[in-house]
Amino acid sequence: MKRIINEMKLRLPAVSVNEAVSRSVISAFMAELNPTVEELGDIRCAVSEAVTNCIVHAYRDLPEGKVGYIYISARLYEPREISVEISDNGCGIEDVEQARRPAFTTDSLGERCGMGFLVMESFTDSLKVKSTPGKGTSVLMRKNLKP
Amino acid sequence: MQDDVIFSRAAGTLSAKIQCEIDHHTSRRIRERIDERLISERPSILVLDFSGVTFMDSSGLGLILGRCERADVIGASVRLTGLSDTLYKLVHLCGIERVKNLSVRC
Repeated sequence: MKRIINEMKLRLPAVSVNEAVSRSVISAFMAELNPTVEELGDIRCAVSEAVTNCIVHAYRDLPEGKVGYIYISARLYEPREISVEISDNGCGIEDVEQARRPAFTTDSLGERCGMGFLVMESFTDSLKVKSTPGKGTSVLMRKNLKP
Repeated sequence: MQDDVIFSRAAGTLSAKIQCEIDHHTSRRIRERIDERLISERPSILVLDFSGVTFMDSSGLGLILGRCERADVIGASVRLTGLSDTLYKLVHLCGIERVKNLSVRC
């Protein structure tokens, strides 16, 4: 078992201003590992993608005036590893394999380019996506920082 | 509050210097501001200057691709400048340099 250095849990309403909030919190949380600018940029970008997916897709069917929540759970492990799990109780994804395919998007009206999962996957060491239609989605990302 | 897009014009070139983080929350306003000038000024080249951008996720890629489409309608090309290593990595990852009316200068 890897020793946990620190852990945190955060619940945020799924509104777009919280994209920047989630990035700022994760930056502060991982500062203890003294990441490089590139490593910090990678995690910030991956977290932003996951949180944006919750805001744009997960709760799109909620009635006017209702707000869903985004749950962020992060851990730092020895010697220099970070894991971040981002989940929601939203609509879920019917076909995760299809959703992970580059350039796939269900957003035909906006300017989403369907690259979110590709970015999460490329900027971390591992990405696991679990989703149940009607129940929600969870993405778990892990990254080992350079020694 | 600092202006999030600064425009400048020289001959047929319209330059838009973006000076904020680009995510899903901010991209809509940036997009609307650029499109307004693009449509009213109809330049032959639209320069998107990223030297003032401190963060960008795939919302920025959507912003770039959307402007390429708009520019193409009026026969204009799009040039990206001022991309940091981090931003270039994102642009390169998604292969958007291959868009026909787009060129990238770091």
